[in-house]
Amino acid sequence: MTITVYVPNDSSAVSLGADRVAKAITAEAEQRGISINLVRNGSFGMYWLEPLVEVVTAQGRIGYGPVQASDVASLFDANFLQGGMHALSLGIVEELPYLKKQQRLTFARIGKTSPTNLNDYLAHEGYRGLANALAMSQGDIVKAVTDSGLRGRGGAAFPTGIKWNTVLNTEAEQKYIICNADEGDSGTFSDRMVMEGDPFVLIEGMTIAGIAVGASQGYIYLRVEYPHAHIALDTAITKAYQAGYLGEDIQGSGKTFHLEVRLGAGAYICGEETSLMESLEGKRGLVRFKPPLPAISGLFGKPTVVNNVISLASVPIILDKGGDHYRDFGMGRSRGTLPLQLAGNIKHAGLVELAFGLTLRELLYDFGGGSASGRPIKAVQVGGPLGAYLPESQFDTPLDYEAFAAQWTVLGHGGVVVFDDTVDMAKMAKYSMEFCAIESCGKCTPCRIGSTRGYEVMDEIINGHNVDNNVKLLRDLCNTLLNGSLCALGGMTPYPVLSALNHFPKDFGIDEPAQVA
Amino acid sequence: MTAAVNTQVLVNDITSALKDKPGALLPILHGIQDAIGYVPPDCVPDIAKALSLSRAEVHGVISFYHYFRTTQPGQQTIHLCRAESCQAMGSDALEAHAKQKLGIDFHETTADGKFSLEPVYCLGNCACSPAMQIGNDIYGRVSPDSFDAALAELEPSA
Repeated sequence: MTITVYVPNDSSAVSLGADRVAKAITAEAEQRGISINLVRNGSFGMYWLEPLVEVVTAQGRIGYGPVQASDVASLFDANFLQGGMHALSLGIVEELPYLKKQQRLTFARIGKTSPTNLNDYLAHEGYRGLANALAMSQGDIVKAVTDSGLRGRGGAAFPTGIKWNTVLNTEAEQKYIICNADEGDSGTFSDRMVMEGDPFVLIEGMTIAGIAVGASQGYIYLRVEYPHAHIALDTAITKAYQAGYLGEDIQGSGKTFHLEVRLGAGAYICGEETSLMESLEGKRGLVRFKPPLPAISGLFGKPTVVNNVISLASVPIILDKGGDHYRDFGMGRSRGTLPLQLAGNIKHAGLVELAFGLTLRELLYDFGGGSASGRPIKAVQVGGPLGAYLPESQFDTPLDYEAFAAQWTVLGHGGVVVFDDTVDMAKMAKYSMEFCAIESCGKCTPCRIGSTRGYEVMDEIINGHNVDNNVKLLRDLCNTLLNGSLCALGGMTPYPVLSALNHFPKDFGIDEPAQVA
Repeated sequence: MTAAVNTQVLVNDITSALKDKPGALLPILHGIQDAIGYVPPDCVPDIAKALSLSRAEVHGVISFYHYFRTTQPGQQTIHLCRAESCQAMGSDALEAHAKQKLGIDFHETTADGKFSLEPVYCLGNCACSPAMQIGNDIYGRVSPDSFDAALAELEPSA
């Protein structure tokens, strides 16, 4: 019998040599006259083990990793195709604690399947949510999403069902579904993993959204930095059209939904929904004033649902298993699961999908295993470049939107970037201002001018010039940015800057106790 | 045909193929940059005319987005990530090494026309920081040594 071997084609795994490993396995098998079926799967998100090679055996899928091309001959010598022992043996992959302790709903298939194989998707509970949705009224679909408690996973955490309901109840000849796939936050890669590792789940989620609110056209606004995701999405979309899951008369239902990928062009601001719509319309990505809400007047002035990749990819399981099933996970007003991303200086970097409620400390040490460098963790930035830096004293915060907000921190898109004690927090604060200056769309003055002034003031502070007065000036400037900016870029840049200042004043050359913003 | 005429034909072909899409300007600019590596300023009037926009509007869009460039890039463009996750894993040192090795700063091209160096703010490879991208290839846990090795692989004749 032909043995199946999995080698991920997730771009992070590829960045560590997965393509070379796949090639070496194919060549070695040929040379030894062994017939194998090599399948490129998504990644389970245990990146310290990538490239992670799996072999299908009677006991289950047995893993080896991290494998380099130079290890391949010795794997064959160790009879890995029958699950033989090798220095890189990991045992049954599903049983690895990092994976076993997770609650994977949105990521249920990722790693297990061949991403762009529609039959594989269907064999793993794919398109069951759509089948249910097609038998429901539009209002009932929206109600299921509302009942699930799903909130926007892009970071703003707005209830998805309420957004959909507004679009459903706004009369218009044309409505749109936009997937915000402009995942620009450093430390986040869950959107990328979904698009590369399970593109059909996003397509299914968007199709359900389109049917629910009466939108016949969808766009995935994808950042240009994700070429692998682009290929996976385009391939999956073509197959979905061929199989009648997109286009006119979806699965004989009489419903229509068209879907197209549009590429961004390296502008962080286009992750802001109104700027994204300007970009989709072919313009500079200038932020719009709100109101009107996009749900009432969005793309080309039409009612538009704009949701993040993870939000839309969570919809199929909600429609498959019911809103209550999803709602049963989580704590407080944060329902369901959040795919957390461990990044930066962390030993076990990767994807951890869990119900809300775990503490940051448990995530950093039980899953992450502490810093990669082995040095103490000094600061953790949660929620991307606009998220606050948390010192050790805040590590017991539960991962929950409200618990984070209560102490002036941001859970956001669930990105967690870890820094060891060699980091200079004044330098990081200066970088935050620089990033804001580079990425500002320029429409509002606080962000456009304030970020550059902030960068200059930070330079003065770092050089020890008139520190006390410059720190006062920095706080004043942050106050203007916080309260006077049009969108979250200017409005939240003070989070990393002031949290760095408040928790690590020594790095700024001052000894004063923390002063709350 | 001269190179300039060739470019103009290409630009016109791409523009007329895409101009009827809703919000066609970005797809057109991507098409042109994919085909010739940059968006020549000379083609702005043609694009503007095809889309009934002013030249200022087209120029404004090209200059707004970091990804679009108006000069010819090197044979290979190296995108080096300088976002937080990569900084936490030593991207500052890697950046210094890359600039020294290539003898250029960000947004510049080596004198021999082989490499351009651009900063990028996140490649989504944050679990394998520091990261860089050359063409469509992504590299993880890049060290000065593996940076040199990647470059050597790209110019076998050197």
